[in-house]
Amino acid sequence: MTEAAYTTKGLTKVYGEGRSAVHALRGVDLEIPAGEVIVLLGPSGSGKSTLLNIIGGLDRGTEGLVQFRDQRLDEMKDAELTRYRRNHVGFVFQFYNLMPSLTARENVELVTEIAADPMDPDEALALVGLKERTDHFPAQLSGGEQQRVAIARAIAKQPDVLFCDEPTGALDSQTGRSVLRVLADVNERLGSTVLMVTHAASQAQMADRVIHFADGDIREIVENRKKLAPEEIEW
Amino acid sequence: MVSPLDHKLLRDLWRMKGQATAIGAVIAVGVLMLVMMTGLTASLSETRDAYYDRYRLADVFVPVARAPERLASRLAEIPGVSAVETRVEGRALIDLPGQVLPVQAQAVSLPDRGRPSLNDVFLTAGRMPASGRPDEILLLQSFAFAHGLRPGDTLRATMNGARRGFDIVGLAQSPEFLYTTAPGELVPDDARFGVIWMGRSGLAAAYDMAGAFNEALIGLSPEASEDAVLAAVDRLLEPYGGAGAYGLADQFSNRFVSEEISGLEAAAVGVPPIFLAVAAFLLYIVISRMVQSEREEIGLMKAFGYTNTEVGAHYFKLILAIAVGGALAGCLGGIAAGRALIGVYTAYFKFPFLVFQLDPASFVTGVTVSILSASAGGLFVLRRVFALTPATAMRAPAPPNFSRTGRIGHSLNRFLDQPSRMVLRRLTRQPGRMAGSIIGIASGMALSVAMITIYAGFDRTIDLTFSVVDRSDVTVSFTHPVSDKTLFELVRLPGVERAEPVRNVSVVLRHGLESHRGVLIGLPDRPELNRALDADMAPIALPERGVVLSDVLAEMLGVAPGDMLSMDVREGRQPLLQIPVAGTAQTLLGSPAYMDMEALNRTLREPGRVSGAYLTIDEAQADAIYAALQDMPTVAGVSLKSQARDAFVRLMNQGAGAIRYVMGAIAFIITFGIVYNAARIALAERSRDLASLRVIGFSKGEAAFVLLGELAVVTVIALPVGAALGYYLSFGIAAGFSTDLYQIPAVFDPVSYGQATLVVLGAALVSGGLVKRELDHADLIEALKTRE
Ligand SMILES: Nc1ncnc2c1ncn2[C@@H]1O[C@H](COP(=O)(O)OP(=O)(O)O)[C@@H](O)[C@H]1O
Ligand SMILES: [Mg+2]
Repeated sequence: MTEAAYTTKGLTKVYGEGRSAVHALRGVDLEIPAGEVIVLLGPSGSGKSTLLNIIGGLDRGTEGLVQFRDQRLDEMKDAELTRYRRNHVGFVFQFYNLMPSLTARENVELVTEIAADPMDPDEALALVGLKERTDHFPAQLSGGEQQRVAIARAIAKQPDVLFCDEPTGALDSQTGRSVLRVLADVNERLGSTVLMVTHAASQAQMADRVIHFADGDIREIVENRKKLAPEEIEW
Repeated sequence: MVSPLDHKLLRDLWRMKGQATAIGAVIAVGVLMLVMMTGLTASLSETRDAYYDRYRLADVFVPVARAPERLASRLAEIPGVSAVETRVEGRALIDLPGQVLPVQAQAVSLPDRGRPSLNDVFLTAGRMPASGRPDEILLLQSFAFAHGLRPGDTLRATMNGARRGFDIVGLAQSPEFLYTTAPGELVPDDARFGVIWMGRSGLAAAYDMAGAFNEALIGLSPEASEDAVLAAVDRLLEPYGGAGAYGLADQFSNRFVSEEISGLEAAAVGVPPIFLAVAAFLLYIVISRMVQSEREEIGLMKAFGYTNTEVGAHYFKLILAIAVGGALAGCLGGIAAGRALIGVYTAYFKFPFLVFQLDPASFVTGVTVSILSASAGGLFVLRRVFALTPATAMRAPAPPNFSRTGRIGHSLNRFLDQPSRMVLRRLTRQPGRMAGSIIGIASGMALSVAMITIYAGFDRTIDLTFSVVDRSDVTVSFTHPVSDKTLFELVRLPGVERAEPVRNVSVVLRHGLESHRGVLIGLPDRPELNRALDADMAPIALPERGVVLSDVLAEMLGVAPGDMLSMDVREGRQPLLQIPVAGTAQTLLGSPAYMDMEALNRTLREPGRVSGAYLTIDEAQADAIYAALQDMPTVAGVSLKSQARDAFVRLMNQGAGAIRYVMGAIAFIITFGIVYNAARIALAERSRDLASLRVIGFSKGEAAFVLLGELAVVTVIALPVGAALGYYLSFGIAAGFSTDLYQIPAVFDPVSYGQATLVVLGAALVSGGLVKRELDHADLIEALKTRE
């Protein structure tokens, strides 16, 4: 096992207060090795997105330690956290979250413009198979195409870590598989750590490591010795 | 490469072009008004000053009974005097064919050779009278135009009792006679007072003034003290019947022009800030709502690692584009409108040329206010959004809290269909947003109420002055104070129903450093025709001792009942008196001072004297009455109230008051902009929900109902709020429109409020219609796919 990309200790997240408080994370202790594909599995509402958001620097935990390499995310100021996201992290969201008023290429440029060592936006779009549609607006693209633009946007900055929250959740399995293919490629070619949330259990077959999540905590972590290519997975 | 954020900026602007235009338009008209009004007033006073300067208008006017010409050099020796011009002037009556009443006029001498060193004339047609031709005259152009007279025409006039014929050789304008009015009247009227210029020797012969003058004009050197010169001149001319020298500030025409300009200035200072504040507030609301709706995109940008400063700068640019665009359009529009209006006003003020002047400070103010208010709106919301973590910002905005509406819902549910419930829930669930829309529309309502109240206030001023204060039909003025027995002659004329005496005395009232040159009106006991009224329109019984001042005059002099005034009488023995202020009266035209006629006569030691009379007459016999009046030797002038009223209406519709129509139009644009914006925001925030409704089978009408129902409820709530705001606003605007000559009251008039309500409802209907059309054409799929 290589060095850890992330470490969390006793990470909790509580939404709200008093009787209506929701304990989304209940003291998560976790080590994520760099360079792997990791799949986070678990029922809806178990806290997967919350965990992803916190280690991705989109949100803060209520208590506990969160470390990226040798930096303490939980102790960072907002500006430092912004720099962390800018320099190290790519996101793919379940609902694509493209800017509706920007074309596919411009959506990618939005990220490459501020990245330290970005790819050419056209190249990123070619990687996800959208070379022909770079000048289309999100409203002119299908759901799968939009999600691929979102992935192109996330990988174009050549991030150290790629976070994907149910990237295939809104897609049919055919389209989903091509999206997963791109993620696997990024992991192989750029060496990015890929952390993917899914509730399609079979997708865990493409992971190096599977984290089973339930009720705000880790149930078990399983190493996957027989990694499958995305094309071989059915769901 | 253009940054993708700038692409977003341009496309976002294009996407919300309707709303951006509406916001920009509101800012633009606010700024337009500011730029227009300041430019207008600056240009008018510049032009006035240049005109005075170019035609050498005197600084001091010296009326005297008869002074030998040699005194001119004595006047010139007074320290501070830089120029002296003497002349002869006199009253005249002009006979015009087809008119029963002769028109009063003033005859003024011109040097037999060359131009006058002071009070020059501007020849607009024809030529100057030739020397040695006492029958050649110049006529005041405005008077000539009013009666269709041209050079080459002849004119019959009575001077000093002798009827003579004259040849009009030229027409002239003069800075001294921008405004003319018949003696004893307040409102200028071109048609009813003429000015005739002719050679000095001819005029001197007519008025027995050979080798003498009865008016001196004085120019002051820059460092001169006007008060000192006035005192020295009065001392010098005392033995010759000096009637008291006065400065330019008290000269009738100048006083009037200056009051009109300062009326405009007051409106320029008082009204645009109100409009601009409303526009700024609207901008604040709209921008904050707009940024609020961009919450998700802001969260997204932050998720990618954009800093708060970068995101803030992006939205700031958007805001700036709208605000600066609007403000610049406003500046350009203001210059154009100012130029157009200044043309109208130069004609109105009879300035022969125009000095157009812009006030750069107003550009700066307008643009700054727009940018500041817009950024305030943006920053306020941005700060709130920045406080959120990107994860929270990207979640669907503000989770609806059903719990509270759920309860009341139960009891109401039975009576309401689903769309009505949606309207109701949204109103109760997001009270903050609703409050914003309500306050926005309410400020539109307030502007409309205030402007319409002002319109009603102008009508009221006319009404009060000519129907309540003065109830006569005809005013007669005598050549000099005559015995009150003369009144019997008037009453005896067939058709005269009632005649009421009046004793008018020229006075200068002083209190501390303040002074006012005007007429003290002596009224009989319990007058019926011309009355002093209190604030409740009840007649004031004039006391045995003391004067009753109009409240405007009391304010000008800084006195209250009980204070002592010094009164410098400018007639007869010219006594200097101390007199107490007994009370104040409400007037809307002029700034009169009243006194009991008998008490006044006693004070002057001239018992039983009257200087004029108010008459009510039988209209059918009017012509016969006028003819009879004209034959009475003591009658100097007759004026009809209907004519005076017409002149006043004309004044209010063409002078400073006319600007109210421009302001009304601006208020309407702002009101419409506000209401349209409220509708647009509602549509933008709900387009997705509405598309969902359509998709699950609601008809276009039902979907529109959900949207427009909300607008309707908001508008209905905003109306009373706006009415209340407008009530207070109208006092501010009324004060801005009141001049020293007339006051505009802000009276509560239900009709005005009704009209304002119609304006707002009309704007709401049109806006609703526009928004509904857009909703009907909305592409369902697109609305569902994309977030707006
Ligand atoms: N902003 C929030 N406010 C309140 N509760 C939240 C918020 N975000 C998530 N939750 C709650 O936290 C729990 C975990 O949510 P989430 O991490 O989204 O679950 P998952 O992604 O596994 O479906 C859920 O019960 C959810 O309702
Ligand atoms: Mg989730």
